[in-house]
Amino acid sequence: MKILLFRRLTQILILVAFIVSNHYGLKLLLGDLSASSLFGAITFADPFALLQLILAGASVGMSVIIGAVIVAILYAVIAPRAFCAWVCPVNLFTDMAAKLREKLGFNKDAKLLNLPKNTRYYLLLAILVFSALLSLPVFESVSFVGMVQRGIIYLDIFVLAAIFVIIVFDMFVLPRGICGYICPLGAFYALLSKFSLIRISHDLSKCNKCAKCLKACPEPQVLSMVGHKSGFVTNSECISCGRCIDVCNDDAMKFSIRNLKEER
Amino acid sequence: MQNRREVLKFGLKAVALAAAGSFVWTKAVKADKLVLLRPPGAKNESEFLASCIRCGLCVEACPFDTLKLATLSSGVANGTPHFTPRETPCKLCEDIPCVVACPTNALDKILVSTNGELDINKARMGVAMIDTHSCIAYWGIRCDACYRDCPLIDKALKLEYRRNERTAKHAFLLPVVDMDVCTGCGVCERVCITQNPAIKIMPRDIVMGSVDQNYVKGWVEGDEKRLEGVDTNIKLDINKAKDYLNDGEL
Repeated sequence: MKILLFRRLTQILILVAFIVSNHYGLKLLLGDLSASSLFGAITFADPFALLQLILAGASVGMSVIIGAVIVAILYAVIAPRAFCAWVCPVNLFTDMAAKLREKLGFNKDAKLLNLPKNTRYYLLLAILVFSALLSLPVFESVSFVGMVQRGIIYLDIFVLAAIFVIIVFDMFVLPRGICGYICPLGAFYALLSKFSLIRISHDLSKCNKCAKCLKACPEPQVLSMVGHKSGFVTNSECISCGRCIDVCNDDAMKFSIRNLKEER
Repeated sequence: MQNRREVLKFGLKAVALAAAGSFVWTKAVKADKLVLLRPPGAKNESEFLASCIRCGLCVEACPFDTLKLATLSSGVANGTPHFTPRETPCKLCEDIPCVVACPTNALDKILVSTNGELDINKARMGVAMIDTHSCIAYWGIRCDACYRDCPLIDKALKLEYRRNERTAKHAFLLPVVDMDVCTGCGVCERVCITQNPAIKIMPRDIVMGSVDQNYVKGWVEGDEKRLEGVDTNIKLDINKAKDYLNDGEL
């Protein structure tokens, strides 16, 4: 449970930092997750959003480009999809939906929608193409990530409706659907963090093949090596949430630094 | 007992899906008729939508809480800044903090600068339009609330005097907007005394027309220079008039 607690704390503290800065005039972290200003000096920006703006033909300033590049490098180097599990507030609610689905006994229900796992990559491509064709940042216009994070940070009551829709979708329509099948931002970060360094590693000699990790994992396809061979989770669809480490009783999973040279 | 549990589960699921589905449906089918007034320095609407990253930094920078973020009910514009003059007009800060705060140049400093210095009077957030049917000054009643409070009094909003033929001894004091000068700050809309303001700020691209280049303002010195270098040799077909007369219709 240790990593989970730490993760929730990070997710919530980032939102709290935004809320107190925006509403009480602190110059700590102004703005929202699309673009922000740290201590009123450093600009950060969402690289995917900025990419859409540039494709749409916006002539943006240099500081925001640097801000987006810093964020992109940070996520590319640290851990795969660290944004998804440690920053994105939508994850709070999709995790809640997964929990509710299990607790209320809906986990044996058939899903109402069947999508290929690659849907998010097709959406990502379509968004980039249509941003350029329509001169409009297509995902930003309808982004549920944007709506939820902005709604929470700027305390807009409508956000509850958006959150409700997300939870219902994940509970009844397609389990883990939002983050695992649809979200193009998650797909963007999966591609971006292909070579990121901190990875889950599996030790076969300690594993007793209980498969608890596979049940807890939101993207279980990345744990294909569990019970077969030792090694790193190389698939960058892993969201680095550390649930597998939390639930493993045998100490067979841990975060460690991946050696890119040895993999070659 | 097991059966009742299944029924409850099914009911919960159906209600949740119906509620979520109808919410999405109403949002999707609702035509967006909202006209959003943008902060100072905003590019034209399509360019603005292409450049706004929806971070809300301008909203936070606004010292008068004039700017608000559009909510989900504004459709694809959700998260973009706008203001409602009747509630809080733009106070035309000289240091224009909202424009300075914008990280993506959706609010463009160049559009509100003169010779490299910020100049809020160049803001064109919209333009004031007067409904002369509900403006009581046009009825002959004395009211100059909008004129008195206009930050650019006698420049953006002027009073025109006209004889009131109905009473034959009073004057009309009519507010008239100079569209070239009006910033669209909305103070006039805020202070208008009628129930539904008779003077309203409208987006410029909806209200303003445009004229062909061939009109020369002879009374403006040097205006004819616009046409220098324009090819004035029109090739006329000498047979055209003849054919027109000879062809059957006449």
